[in-house]
Amino acid sequence: MTSETGVHDATMAEQLKRRNRPFERVIVGSLFISGAISIAVTIGILWELGSESLLFFREDEVSLGKFFTSTVWQPQAGEFGIWPLILGTLLITVIALLVAVPIGLSAAIYLSEYASPRVRGFFKPVLEILVGIPTVVFGFFAITFMTPLLRSIFGESVVGFFNVLSAGIVVGLLIVPLISSLAEDAMAAVPNSLRQAAYGLGASRLEVSLRVVVPAALSGIAAGIVIGMSRAVGETMVVTLASGAAPRNFDLAADPVFGYVLNPFQGAQTMTGYIAITASGDISYDTIDYNSIFAIGLTLFLMTLGLNSLSRRIVKRYRQEYD
Amino acid sequence: MNETPESTVLDPTAAPATADAVGGVEAADDGPGVLETRSMDVFYGDFKAVADVSMSFTFNEISALIGPSGCGKSTVLRSLNRMNDLIPTARVDGEVRYHGTNIYAGDVDPVEIRRRIGMVFQKPNPFPKSIFDNIAWGAKINGFKGSKSDMKDLVQGALEQAALWDEVKDKLTESGLSLSGGQQQRLCIARAIAVQPDVILMDEPCSALDPIATLRIEELMLELKENYSIIIVTHNMQQAARVSDRTAFFNVELDTTGQRTGHLVEFSPTDVLFTTPKEKATEDYITGRFG
Amino acid sequence: MVQLREQSEAAEFFPSDVEYQGLLSKRSRRGRVVQLSFLLMLTIAVVGLGILLYTIIDDSFGLVAVVNQNEPEAVVSAYGYDPAVTVLDDLNKEQLVDVLQGSVSSGVGRRLEREERFFADRLVFESQAKWDEVCASDEPPSGCSGGVRSKGNVLDLVRERVIQPDIVAVNRLTASIFNPDGFKEEVETAFVENPSRFGEYTYDQVRYQWRAWFSWKFVTSPASDRPEIAGVRTAVLGSIWLVIITVLFAVPVGVGAAIYLEEFARPTRINDLIQTNINNLAGVPSIIYGMLGLAVLVRILEPFTSGSLFGEGAPNGRTIMSAGLTLGLLTLPVVIISSQEAIRAVPSSLRQAGMGLGATKWQTVRSQVLPVAIPGILTGTILAVARAIGETAPLILVGAASFITVSPSGPFSQFTALPIQIFQWTSFPQEEWRHLAAAASLVLLVLLLTLNAAAVIMRNRFSRRMS
Ligand SMILES: Nc1ncnc2c1ncn2[C@@H]1O[C@H](COP(=O)(O)OP(=O)(O)O)[C@@H](O)[C@H]1O
Ligand SMILES: [Mg+2]
Repeated sequence: MTSETGVHDATMAEQLKRRNRPFERVIVGSLFISGAISIAVTIGILWELGSESLLFFREDEVSLGKFFTSTVWQPQAGEFGIWPLILGTLLITVIALLVAVPIGLSAAIYLSEYASPRVRGFFKPVLEILVGIPTVVFGFFAITFMTPLLRSIFGESVVGFFNVLSAGIVVGLLIVPLISSLAEDAMAAVPNSLRQAAYGLGASRLEVSLRVVVPAALSGIAAGIVIGMSRAVGETMVVTLASGAAPRNFDLAADPVFGYVLNPFQGAQTMTGYIAITASGDISYDTIDYNSIFAIGLTLFLMTLGLNSLSRRIVKRYRQEYD
Repeated sequence: MNETPESTVLDPTAAPATADAVGGVEAADDGPGVLETRSMDVFYGDFKAVADVSMSFTFNEISALIGPSGCGKSTVLRSLNRMNDLIPTARVDGEVRYHGTNIYAGDVDPVEIRRRIGMVFQKPNPFPKSIFDNIAWGAKINGFKGSKSDMKDLVQGALEQAALWDEVKDKLTESGLSLSGGQQQRLCIARAIAVQPDVILMDEPCSALDPIATLRIEELMLELKENYSIIIVTHNMQQAARVSDRTAFFNVELDTTGQRTGHLVEFSPTDVLFTTPKEKATEDYITGRFG
Repeated sequence: MVQLREQSEAAEFFPSDVEYQGLLSKRSRRGRVVQLSFLLMLTIAVVGLGILLYTIIDDSFGLVAVVNQNEPEAVVSAYGYDPAVTVLDDLNKEQLVDVLQGSVSSGVGRRLEREERFFADRLVFESQAKWDEVCASDEPPSGCSGGVRSKGNVLDLVRERVIQPDIVAVNRLTASIFNPDGFKEEVETAFVENPSRFGEYTYDQVRYQWRAWFSWKFVTSPASDRPEIAGVRTAVLGSIWLVIITVLFAVPVGVGAAIYLEEFARPTRINDLIQTNINNLAGVPSIIYGMLGLAVLVRILEPFTSGSLFGEGAPNGRTIMSAGLTLGLLTLPVVIISSQEAIRAVPSSLRQAGMGLGATKWQTVRSQVLPVAIPGILTGTILAVARAIGETAPLILVGAASFITVSPSGPFSQFTALPIQIFQWTSFPQEEWRHLAAAASLVLLVLLLTLNAAAVIMRNRFSRRMS
C-alpha cells in the first residue's frame, strides 16, 4: 500500500492529474447530440411551417387579413379564409368534449374513489386497450357504425352521410382514456389526510369525492381536459373519414346559426382534414395548394401549442398551492 | 506516525500552513497526514452546510466523525473523495489535500481520487450482479491487466480481507442481493478494497445492520486499519469509542443569518475526547445532555 | 347527546336526531344514485370499445353473393370419369394446370411461369429454348431460381383466373348467421328492382357462399384492385419496414437523449431548453410531423431518401426511408420520456457505488444503471412503437402510395402501410371494401395486441425483479 510510505509529493500530484478520456468525451458528445436532435426537430417544424406559410401569404390571391377574417375557404375560387376549417375543428372538439368529459371524469372518480381493486383490475385494462387502438380504426368505426346509427335515429334526411356529430362522438370516445387517466392521477395526488378529515366530519363518500377530492384535484383535472382538447383539435383520421371534405363556408348575416352554421348533422371539413385530403393526392410542390396546407398547419400547431402550455401552466399553479 | 522529512521539504506550503490553519484543533502534531482539510466550507446552493473545517487524518488509523444529525458529517465525508460532485448544487471552498495535493485543484481527476479514496455507504448497495462480478467490476474498469486466475485471486483476496470468503466461496455466481444485510455490507467493503485504495470512507456503515453483523464489521475495520486509513461516520458513540483511534466531534449552530451550519468542535485521540474533552459542547454531547 | 346539543347555542341550527336520520338516509340514497351513474358512464366507455370490436369482427366474416365467370362444377365435370373428383379441391396439380392451360392466354401463362415454374421437370407455357434465353439474360425473372408452385398455389390461380368469382353483394356476420334468407331476398329484390346495377348478370347466376375476409390468405395476398383477391401482404410488409426504420432511428437517439438528460445534463439553460422542448414535442399533433416529413425528408433530402445518393432508383422521396424517419421523429419524444422514467427509477445508490469505486460516469451508467433500466426502457419503447404502427396521418403526408401491388424491396422502395390501406378501403364507396377494411383493421389490432402483450409481460417481469 502506498499509504505506508506516506509520500505526499510531486509524483502523487502527477498521478492525480486529470486524464484525457477521449472515449468518454465522444460518448457524452454523442449523447448530447441525441438530446439536441429534438431541438433540431422543433426548429425544423417551425422553419418549414413558417417558410412555406410565408410563400402562401405572398401569393396574389391570399392576404393575411382575409385569411383570418374571411369565412369562405374555397381554394378553387381563390378564397382562403380559415374560419370554415376552424369552425369544423371547433364543432368536433366541442362535441368530443361533451362526450369525453362526463364519461372520463365519472370513470376517474369511480376508479379512484369507489372501485375495489378487482373492479379496477377489469376497467383499467379496458381503458388501456382503448388508448392503443389506432385512430384510423376509430375512423372506420365512425363510418360503419356511428354514422348509420345516427342516420337511423334521426332520419337520413336530417343526418348527412358525412356529419360532425358522428366524428365528434367517436373522437370523444377516443379521448376518454386520456382524460380519465390524467384526472385519476390528479385525484390520486390528493393527500389521504384530506379524505380522512372529511370523513371525520361525518361526510359521506359522495360528499368526500365531489366536495373534497375533486375540488382539490381541480387544476389537475382541468389540465387533463385541456390536453384532451388539444388531442381532439389535432385528431386527423376520424374527422377525415367521417366529417367529409367540404369546408362549411358560412355567412353569419345570412345563414341560420343553428340550422346551418352550428348544425351537427352535416359535414364540415376540419383543419387536419383539409391537410390530409389535400396531401393525399400526388400534390405538386410550390403550388398554392401545397403552400396552403402549411399555413393551416402553422395555425394548428400554434393552437395545440397554446393548449398544451395552458395545461402546463394550470398544473404549475396547482403544485404551488400544495407546497 | 512517522513522517519523512523530505516530504515536508518537497511541499513547502504544507507544514507551516497546516500548523496555522488547524489552530486549536489538535492535528498539527503529526504533520500532514494522508488527507487534510483546510478551512473547508461546503455549500448546497446558497446554504452553507459546514463551515471552516480543518482537520488532518493520519495513516493507518481509524478516525470517527460524530455529532448530532444534520451537523454535516456525511457532507464532510463526501467532500473527502469528491462524491459531492454528484450533487449538482454542492460546492466546496477551501482545500482538501491528499498526499499534499489539493483534490479540488482544477487539474485533478475526481475519478482517480475516488479510486484511491474508496467509499462504503450507509445502506449496503451491491450491484444486481453476481458476487464475483461485484468485486471484479471495479478492478476491470480501473484497467486490471491480470489473467483470469489473477482476477480470481484478487476476488478471493478481497473477500478474505472482508471476512466474507468462507461464507460465499461456494456461491460466487449468485446475485449479491441474495446475501443478508451484514454480508452485503461486507461485500461492499470487499468491493471497495479490490480497487486498491489507501483510504476508505464509511458513512454509518452499520446503521442498517443488526448487532451481530455490526460486531463483525467493527472487527473487520480493526483488521483493515493495518493496511488502510479509515474514516467512519457514526451516530453511535460507543462504536466510535470502540473502534476509532481519533474522534472528531461536529456540532451545528444557528449562524447570524439563521442558517444551521455545522462546524468542527474538537478532533482528538478518542480516549482523550471521551474522557477529558476540551470543549464544553463535546462534554454535553458525550454525556448525553443533548443530541 | 341531546343534552349536550342543547347546551350549545348553535344547536338550534342543527336538525333533531329524527330529522338527522331522515337526512342521512337521503344523503346515502343520493350517494348510491350518483355512484351508479358514475359506473354507468364508465360502462359506456367499455360498451363503446365492445361495439367497436364487434363492428370490426362483424364485418370481417359473412355471406357473400358471387357470380362466377366459370362455374367450378363445369370445370370439374370435365374430369367426371373419376368418382373421387366432386369439387375443385379434388383435382390434382396436373389437372389444375391443365384447366389453367385451357383458359388463360399463352401470354398470361408465360408470365405466370416466369414468376414461378409449375413443374420442376417440364415447362408448360414456355419453350425450353426461350426459357434458357430468358434465364441467361441480365435480369432473369424469379422463375429461373428454381422454385416450383405448390398445388394450393395453382388452385388459387385457377380460382382467380378461371372461376373468376365476382362479388355482387355482401353481408355481415351476425346477419348472415341469424337471417341468411333476409340477405338472399334482399339480393333477389335488388336484381328485380335495379338490374342495371349488376350489368349482364342475372339472378340465377348468383351463388351464396361464406367468406372470411380475415384469413391467412388475406394476410399473404398482395394488394389488388379486385376485392375478391385483394390482401394486405404489401401493406404488412410496408408496415414492418417502417417499424424497422423507426426503431433504428428512435431507439438509439431516444435512449441516448434520455441518458444524457438524466445522467449527464447539468441544469443549464440549454439542457432545460432540451427538456421543455421534448415535453412540447410530445404534444404536437402527428399530422404536423407528417408535414415536416413532407417538406424536409421527402422534398429537401430527396437525394438521400429516394436512395439516388446510393445509386438506388426510387423516382422521388416518398419512400419507406422518409416515412420511417418521420415516424421515428414522431416517436422520439415518447421514447425519450419513457426511457427517462425508467432511468430515473434506478436507485441512485448504484450510481454512488459505481462512482465510489473510481468508475467514470459513463462506465457507471453503462455497466450499472442501464442494465437495470433496460426492461423499463424496452416496455416504453414497445408501446411507443405500437403507437407508431397505427399512425396514419403522417404517412398520408409523406405520400404512402395508396395502390401498390409490389412488395417493398428495401428502405428506398415506394410503399403502402396497413393503416393507409385501412384508410383507403374505408373511404371507398362499394361495400366490399368496407369488409376488407375491417379485416385489415383486425390484422392491425392483432399485431398491436401482440406488441402490447409483450410490453405487459416485460413490465411484470420487471416489477417482479424489483421487489
Ligand atoms: N443533497 C443535499 N442537498 C441539499 N442539502 C443537503 C443535501 N445533503 C445534506 N444537506 C443538508 O446539509 C446539512 C448536513 O447534512 P448531512 O451532511 O447529511 O448531515 P449528517 O450526516 O451529519 O446527518 C443538513 O442540513 C442537510 O439538510
Ligand atoms: Mg448522514
